Amino acid sequence: MRLRGALTILIAGLMFFAGYAALFIAPDEKTMHAVQRIFYFHLPSWIAMFSAMCVVFYANVAFLTTRQRKFDALAVSGVEVGVLCCTIGLITGPLWARPVWGIWWTWDARLTTTFILWILYVSYLLLRGLLEDPEKKASLSAIFGIFAFLDVPLVYLSNRLWRTQHPQPVIAGGSNSGLDPLMGKVLLLCVVAVFCVMVLAYIDRYRLELLRNEVDELRFAIESRNTAAASVSGAAARKVS
Amino acid sequence: MKNFEFLFTAWMVVWAAFFAYEVSVARRISQVRKEIESLKQQLNAL
Repeated sequence: MRLRGALTILIAGLMFFAGYAALFIAPDEKTMHAVQRIFYFHLPSWIAMFSAMCVVFYANVAFLTTRQRKFDALAVSGVEVGVLCCTIGLITGPLWARPVWGIWWTWDARLTTTFILWILYVSYLLLRGLLEDPEKKASLSAIFGIFAFLDVPLVYLSNRLWRTQHPQPVIAGGSNSGLDPLMGKVLLLCVVAVFCVMVLAYIDRYRLELLRNEVDELRFAIESRNTAAASVSGAAARKVS
Repeated sequence: MKNFEFLFTAWMVVWAAFFAYEVSVARRISQVRKEIESLKQQLNAL
């Protein structure tokens, strides 16, 4: 518990330092000026989201092949944290777009595929809430999760394959892509900070899901004992009569 | 600083979202822990 507290303080400190670096150390961008600094938390939130969804995909496949409930717990935890990061990206994006493009939103390939991705994973969470049977819930959501993951590479490739309002990639893009070295260092720091926060949230959410599994097992044990006790007392009553 | 309000809002969104999520998970964990305790007591009483 003490280690968990120390880790939280350490990661919060890292986030503060990353924020300071993004606001005061990173050089000013020539055309967009201050508002371009949203980039230092916009891009890391997408990297965190993509990482979480890759773990979800692995967990969904692992659940369908092994039927171990720990993989279902890993998947649902990842979807919740991934949706959180996706929501942050979908809010910070328009906040950056409005002063730069003059519009909050446009239905280009990148933004549309991303919005579809958000809807798919929110549907995943809603689907789980509708199903009662744990085995059925885990199986159906694993299948749905694999289907939803098909949109992840599409989101990544959308601004490489089609012309979009969203800028072309600045990292791993074409020959004209690239970042100022200091901007790159600050971005790396922000990616590490947001990634650490995502991992911390993921671990906590996974712990919660394991505890919920324990609740299910305890309920099942109580139900089994009650059924056994009822059948014993029924048999005794028949013997007396 | 021009357009500072957009930068400030985005910055607040990032912090608020992560903070609110961590608080919500911590609350849910403590609720489930209480439920586990009560179920264990029920099970022992049977």
